[in-house]
Amino acid sequence: MRKTMTGHKAVAEAMRQIEPHVVAVYPITPQSEIAEYYAEYVHDGIVRTELVAVESEHSAMSACVGAAAAGARVMTATASQGLALMVEILYIAASMRLPIVMALANRALSGPINIHCDHSDAYLARDAGAVQIFTESAQEAYDYTLIAQRIAEHKDVRLPVIVNLDGFTLTHSVQVVEPLEDARAKGYVGDFSPNYPLLDVDHPSTWGPFAMPDYYFELKRGQQAGIEAVPPVFLAAQKDYAELAGRPYEGFLEPYRLEDAERALVVMGSTAGSAKETVDALRADGEKVGLLKVRLYRPFPYTAIADALAHVDRVAVLDRALSFGTYGALYSDVATALLHRERKPILMNYIYGLGGRDTTPQQLDQVLREMKSGDPDQGLRYIGLRE
Amino acid sequence: MAAKLKGWKDLPMGGVVPGGATPELNKTGSWRAERPIWNEEKCIQCLQCWLHCPDDSIMIKEQKMTGMDYDHCKGCGVCAGICPVDAIDMVPEGSAACARR
Amino acid sequence: MANIKTLAKKQEQQVRLSSGHSLCAGCAEPMVVRTVLNSIDDPVVVANATGCLEVATSRYPGTAWNVPWIHSAFENAAATIAGVEAAYKGLLRAGKLERKVRFVAFAGDGGTYDIGLQALSGALERGHDFLYVCINNEAYMNTGVQRSSATPRCASATTSPVGDAIPGKPQDRKDLTEIVVAHHIPYVAQASVSNLIDLSNKVERAMAYDGPKFLNVLTTCPLGWRTRKDTSIPMAKLAVETRYWPLYEVVEGVYKINYKPKKHVPVEEWLKQQGRFRHLFKSPEGKSSLEEFQASVDENWERLLKKEQCLSGADAAQ
Repeated sequence: MRKTMTGHKAVAEAMRQIEPHVVAVYPITPQSEIAEYYAEYVHDGIVRTELVAVESEHSAMSACVGAAAAGARVMTATASQGLALMVEILYIAASMRLPIVMALANRALSGPINIHCDHSDAYLARDAGAVQIFTESAQEAYDYTLIAQRIAEHKDVRLPVIVNLDGFTLTHSVQVVEPLEDARAKGYVGDFSPNYPLLDVDHPSTWGPFAMPDYYFELKRGQQAGIEAVPPVFLAAQKDYAELAGRPYEGFLEPYRLEDAERALVVMGSTAGSAKETVDALRADGEKVGLLKVRLYRPFPYTAIADALAHVDRVAVLDRALSFGTYGALYSDVATALLHRERKPILMNYIYGLGGRDTTPQQLDQVLREMKSGDPDQGLRYIGLRE
Repeated sequence: MAAKLKGWKDLPMGGVVPGGATPELNKTGSWRAERPIWNEEKCIQCLQCWLHCPDDSIMIKEQKMTGMDYDHCKGCGVCAGICPVDAIDMVPEGSAACARR
Repeated sequence: MANIKTLAKKQEQQVRLSSGHSLCAGCAEPMVVRTVLNSIDDPVVVANATGCLEVATSRYPGTAWNVPWIHSAFENAAATIAGVEAAYKGLLRAGKLERKVRFVAFAGDGGTYDIGLQALSGALERGHDFLYVCINNEAYMNTGVQRSSATPRCASATTSPVGDAIPGKPQDRKDLTEIVVAHHIPYVAQASVSNLIDLSNKVERAMAYDGPKFLNVLTTCPLGWRTRKDTSIPMAKLAVETRYWPLYEVVEGVYKINYKPKKHVPVEEWLKQQGRFRHLFKSPEGKSSLEEFQASVDENWERLLKKEQCLSGADAAQ
């Protein structure tokens, strides 16, 4: 049944249907309403979850680690500085192969302090070992929270999964969302059987031991196998869900009017919506332009990216964060994906939307027009920045 | 030594060490410079040495001391110090007193 | 009430922390850990902060633990055990568990007084059902004897060395036990590795309560205190006899000093046997520092006596 709701509510609804044993969460704008909705469910007796209203995000992730190692299904949510505080323990959660699903309401990192959207928080955690998915709408945020649970708990994966949704743009705007019925959502997510749970007291396990140079490397290689196992698991979980819910989800990426495109944008998150409008408008003018939206950001789908873009003449990769001293993080990944292709597009890197700066369809239109002749060696370009 | 180390595919997921303690992997008795020698005749079975041994190297059975675990005893001498009846002597490793034992 | 035989009996059933760890010869930490764990009848899950105990008992692929054990970082033992306990409650509610399980966190003074204080305070305030044991050896021993906020005044540590300008640590230690008392949890106590039966009794009394329990256990470090490795117990005992480290408990807000030394032993007797205080005995400035140290010990003891008088069981009953 279609309903109108915010992105917050959509994520909280998915969490209510998953009904994890433990939610450990700390408030931060623009994530707080997720915590508030979930607290209401707990206090109204709608879910049996043990809510741990921790005193910091560091403790949120630490409690998630303890709870997940104990054998519980565990979720959290955060944004920006909260993720920055969590990130120490997020690395550990990934190394312990703990399937903690979390919403990240993307918000710019300080300083200066800012509460609005960009992707600097997601980029901060990109090497942590967590799976990362970007969503374009409240519907996708809901859907991929359920899908993330299946990916995280797959026996070959067992990793934290971050579901990114743009702060305010998605978290606070009211959109039409069609949730699954509770029973179908629960059926899709299924049961969870943990590895070596601490609460199996008759079979004691040592979690988080001290590894010296003789084993550290091998343990990290084992962790790499976990994230390498994600792509087929992602596709299967997404396919099952798409069939169940009647959604058009397919692949790691969403190409839009890209087949015969001469120029294309690569984006993640809600900006894909505006970009589609721009592409439609330019197509109506006879311009051969297209769009590639990245859904699965970690592990990065290198081959799929190269396959999708190799035929395009010019590609503008849009990064919603600076990676100081080098190109944007998404640009660098896309460039790496195309490096060994014989035919490859000219690549340009645009930085946009920092700290919640609006990016309009007109600005994207301008990008698609100027990139026709722009000098690829110019380095970073900025959208909507005052000189 | 290197041959005994496992490859990455053989390690349990998540760096977990399943199962209980593995004292056999770390025989700390090799650290010892002095050896505690237990004089059973003097011993009053108060178990103070057992209670205070940092290395669980005072062996007990049915709440009575039965001997020393020299595989793990580091020779700290806490047991000899705490013993109320001087029933434990510390002797240099390799000495004659040690050999008689 | 605990006695040595019941502890031994418990250990014969299950050696919860085994030999084969790499703590220093004469380290007092395992005595504390074994006594605590042998004083709990139910199955236990242990969380351990980063530190000597963690590093020395969990070298991959080995372990010295026969109970479920988790380490994740330095500052989060309380949050980690809170998560384990929350999982237990959540799984009980979901009908996935039945057995009674208890939860214990071990952390050093650095992981408790300093970097882990926020996580500890949060877990205490939220009321998780767990026992937190601070194994207090009064400095960051695992990283090479740097000063912590548990390090006593004047002590030499590698980040408060005895220099010509500043001789050792200028500040007093923090009174963490009283900070924990201020959380109004059911059970708080100070104990010492020199009084293990007292420690065991405290664990038994603590575990009778649901909710957070806290023990601050003075634990000799021969390396950091610069004492002989065979004197770990007598050194801790002197800390108690000189009233430097009072054994007391606060049960539901009621103070009780568990041991009152009959005669006044000057704190010098404890200090002079430790290398970290050696400089105090070599100069006139040292002599005045010793007097100040003694005055501070006396003042703390008097304050504790007054608390016991004011907040005693008798008063509470009135």
